[in-house]
Amino acid sequence: MSELGDLAEKVRSKNAGPFWLTIDIFCGSPDRFAHIALHLNNDYIARRLAVSVTDIKRFDIPDLNVIKISLPRPSIQGTRNDRDMHGAQWANILAEMEMPDMG
Amino acid sequence: MTRVLIPSGALGLGFDHDALMKGVANKPDIIAIDGGSTDSGPAYLGQGVSKYSSASTKVEWRDLLLAREKAGVPLVIGTAGTCGSDQTVDWLFDLTQQIAKEDGLKLTVALLYSGQTPDVMASAIESGALQPLPAAPELTIEIIQSCTNIVALAGAEQIQKAITTGADVIIAGRATDTATIAALPLMRGDHPGAAWHGAKVGECGAIATSQPNTGVIQIDFDDTGFTILPLADDTYATPNSVSAHMLYENSDPFLLYEPGGHLDVTHATYTALDERTVRVEGSIWVPGPYTVKLEGARIAGYQSVSIAMLRERRYVENVQTWANDIKVKCHAKASQRLGLSASDFQIDLRLIGVNAVLGNMETQTSTPHEVGVMGVITAPTEALAQEINKMLNPYLLHHPLTEEEPMPTFAFPFSPPEMSRGAIYEFCMHHILTLNDPMDAFRLEVRKLANV
Repeated sequence: MSELGDLAEKVRSKNAGPFWLTIDIFCGSPDRFAHIALHLNNDYIARRLAVSVTDIKRFDIPDLNVIKISLPRPSIQGTRNDRDMHGAQWANILAEMEMPDMG
Repeated sequence: MTRVLIPSGALGLGFDHDALMKGVANKPDIIAIDGGSTDSGPAYLGQGVSKYSSASTKVEWRDLLLAREKAGVPLVIGTAGTCGSDQTVDWLFDLTQQIAKEDGLKLTVALLYSGQTPDVMASAIESGALQPLPAAPELTIEIIQSCTNIVALAGAEQIQKAITTGADVIIAGRATDTATIAALPLMRGDHPGAAWHGAKVGECGAIATSQPNTGVIQIDFDDTGFTILPLADDTYATPNSVSAHMLYENSDPFLLYEPGGHLDVTHATYTALDERTVRVEGSIWVPGPYTVKLEGARIAGYQSVSIAMLRERRYVENVQTWANDIKVKCHAKASQRLGLSASDFQIDLRLIGVNAVLGNMETQTSTPHEVGVMGVITAPTEALAQEINKMLNPYLLHHPLTEEEPMPTFAFPFSPPEMSRGAIYEFCMHHILTLNDPMDAFRLEVRKLANV
């Protein structure tokens, strides 16, 4: 098994306004894009980020070899329970996700 | 054709001065820069203050005012002072007056205010003109009345109205990131899809290029598309760097909603004209109802923070148990001694080195050799937050894991250890407001500065 962060070129997350989080997975090549798109599981993402799977918007963008995932922020930006004002560290949850090695 | 010179992604972030001068020499039609973002949190809107220092802002703003003077074209800033409140528009206008006086500049300044009154917002809720966006928090009239600032995001139309006054400088309150860049190309009849798409690519300055920190880019808009050129030496825009920018801080990579419609870049084409210039065509503007987005912030309590540090191995290994025990004991003591009910205040102990970043979402469990304990008290008043934090102190200093062991003492970096954060704020609106006329929610004022 590999971690997504090792398979992809870059995994980043950022606020898309105070109420949404957006995660971009830059896969780096068409075969990595196909491999990651196949094994990236929306249910797993929803469970790990504590949101409902129906709230997840996912865009597989072959032209850029990018997978984009947007979801309501696990905590609204800047509220008492929020720990990450810019939402940039949540990407690590996905980067550490286990996935089969490239064939 | 309209040439827009964009010095940076935000005033206060800095830019390459030589690249800016190159941009001025290329004879732009307007200089446009963004001044804000919600990205650093609700306190700026809540307090009506800028994130960046006044001194840094003044240095950069002077550079831009002098570049404008040389270019002889309007300079427009959107979302002045981080949050675009009426207070920060006035703050930047004050800096402008200082600079004009010091440098003997004669300027006409248009001020576009985006601030909203709670009463107007409350009646908009009742009439149905104010509607929630996906993932919006519940909004009541009471919450609206408690906001310290509410702003509406101006679109291109309000910026155009300010440009039409003939002002040299336009200081706009809250506006969409793209509005200040798209306004003039749209006004002059350039391709609307290109105007909004180019504005989205340009709103972060050089972030869509090979060297984001250089800041300065130039975008030419015409009747079929736009062309982007970064102006610093050895900086490149490529089809990939430009197309990937639609991903940035945007929940949908193909659609961007603006007042009066949305941009669709699904069929956009990106072509390298040379090794550093990119041409984009095929983006579409889809007109829709005229709505503006609203942002509001209000006080959500008062906080006081303490930091203690643990290095003793047994305590580090058992820090979660230790912290849970402290939390329960301190909470009971504070309730009893201050006569508060359990839900009146919160004691949060964040374990730095264990799970401070992700909280319950953390799954890694390795044991560090030291742990930072950040105690965060939230209470209804600043005095209560400080009082409770003072009750927390003996625990953070001496709390033993068991009753039978010698009293431990942990490391404190500061005296006094309690740091009052004052009021904390929360964003409480993610809503849109329908307008009959784009200027209905905005105010425009023109001031002349004659300091010759």
